[in-house]
Amino acid sequence: MKARVHVMLKTGVLDPQGEAVRHALGALGFEGVNGVRQGKVIELDLADGTKEPQIAQMCEKLLANTVIESYRIELL
Amino acid sequence: MKAAVTVFPGSNCDRDMKIALERAGFDVAMVWHKDDQLPDVDLVAVPGGFSFGDYLRCGAIAAKAPICRALAAHAERGGYVLGVCNGFQVLTETGLLPGALLRNAGLKYICRTAPLVVAESQSVFTRGYGAGDEIALPIAHHDGNYFADDATLDALEGAGRVAFRYGANPNGSARDIAGILSENRRVLGMMPHPERAAETAHGNEDGARLFAHLTQVLADA
Repeated sequence: MKARVHVMLKTGVLDPQGEAVRHALGALGFEGVNGVRQGKVIELDLADGTKEPQIAQMCEKLLANTVIESYRIELL
Repeated sequence: MKAAVTVFPGSNCDRDMKIALERAGFDVAMVWHKDDQLPDVDLVAVPGGFSFGDYLRCGAIAAKAPICRALAAHAERGGYVLGVCNGFQVLTETGLLPGALLRNAGLKYICRTAPLVVAESQSVFTRGYGAGDEIALPIAHHDGNYFADDATLDALEGAGRVAFRYGANPNGSARDIAGILSENRRVLGMMPHPERAAETAHGNEDGARLFAHLTQVLADA
């Protein structure tokens, strides 16, 4: 089984990389891009039967730093 | 006095740290990240560099290395810990210090000497300075933008746990924070490099006072 973990900086945490991407889109002539937030996608290839709480543990312990990041688990 | 310097794949300030500690009078052991025990030491220094290539997040993988479990136990016993640059990132990732270090607000890697203000002199690391002293230390980082929520920042400031502040904020750090202390004031994490300003040949000895005072306190203990 596979799972995909989406890691994003929490709302309120400044994302300077996202801001730089937003400026670059503006420079390319794309109008109306009001905000860009950049995150990470981590794909996990897991033993069948791995339960979502176990994946949540992986996120809490390593994949995300919950001081600054939030995560979302997607089972594929 | 005995000290250990942790070494991870990608550490690159470990030997500078060793030399600075030795010059201050420490016997220094280098400890590899796979070791799960520390020798009997007073101080553990976590050096700068790019542990594990900064993969995932700076310091994240190093923080889960076997040696960091021993490091946490050392800190819990009341042992002294100094984390510099990547070492500071490792200490926040282990949870020994609050907050996190984000990408610099200007997105650029910054390598220069930064003016600092000693915000707190009541710790073994900073007692060699006076509160309010202006010093300068080299910084060299891409992810030194200190972040914590307002409640944490208020608590740090209220308890006198901000050790150093930037004179001119180079990286967007909350409240100009360059270094913080743990609750028991025995763990210091800082982005500037005292070990790179520790002898005449460096052209700046502001960092030497940190090590010299540490030696003095530990010798008296």
